[in-house]
Amino acid sequence: MRVNGNKRFLEGRITLKEFLLKEGYRLEHIAVERNGKIVPKAEYETIMLTEADTLEIVSFVGGG
Amino acid sequence: MLTRERFEQELDRRQTPKVRERLREGTVAVAGLGGLGSNIALMLARTGIRKLFLADFDRVDPSNLNRQAYTISQIGMKKTEAMSELIRQVNPWIELGFFDGRVTQENAAELFRPYPIICEAFDSPKAKAELVNGVLSQLPDNTVISGSGMAGSYSSNLIKTAKKMKRLYVCGDGTHGISTEESLTAARVSICAGHEANMAIRLILGEEEV
Repeated sequence: MRVNGNKRFLEGRITLKEFLLKEGYRLEHIAVERNGKIVPKAEYETIMLTEADTLEIVSFVGGG
Repeated sequence: MLTRERFEQELDRRQTPKVRERLREGTVAVAGLGGLGSNIALMLARTGIRKLFLADFDRVDPSNLNRQAYTISQIGMKKTEAMSELIRQVNPWIELGFFDGRVTQENAAELFRPYPIICEAFDSPKAKAELVNGVLSQLPDNTVISGSGMAGSYSSNLIKTAKKMKRLYVCGDGTHGISTEESLTAARVSICAGHEANMAIRLILGEEEV
């Protein structure tokens, strides 16, 4: 699997939500693209990640 | 009295004919009119695009003066109205649209659908993410330019424009958010606003690379 341009080894069956939480992301502060398509928040829980996946995770910080 | 003809003439003198032709038809939405948004909107108005759509729920407050475009005489005004007043001082002819309210994941698509380029300029990371998710998942043809990481007094050169997704550009240093340990200054916020405004201009001109 590729995450933000880096190769990552997928440990077991895991949903996108589980992966994001394990990585320390705050779900309400991020946007996720999977294989070139934005993932609606409601689908984080149902998507099972595979080795073929490419994820781009953008995490926003405050200020504007 | 400044005429529209003279105003256009001056833009023609500063922009090449090809660039002017495209910018003249540009339309951009700015979501949030704080330090980022107020400066982005003014820059785009000066550039002579066709239309700006401005969204904010807030009023001008003394705490805004240190980094936002507003003036003391505007304290208490709705930011959308104050922005309109400022823009009219530099470009009386640009078309303006307003939304005086909160942008949510529910109303984002409806509000921003007509605008191919949306500059995200909110303060909170949650509001930023909601707008980006709302627009990208519901509007297949719109692009968001977002701001993330402009706090502190770190190097200007850490602030960059990155194309993070097919329809998402992120401007900022990516890491320095507002907190009790970080300052927020006009200079660094304006650098980020300049990145967002310039990317909007590049997209109007059909340049999709950063």
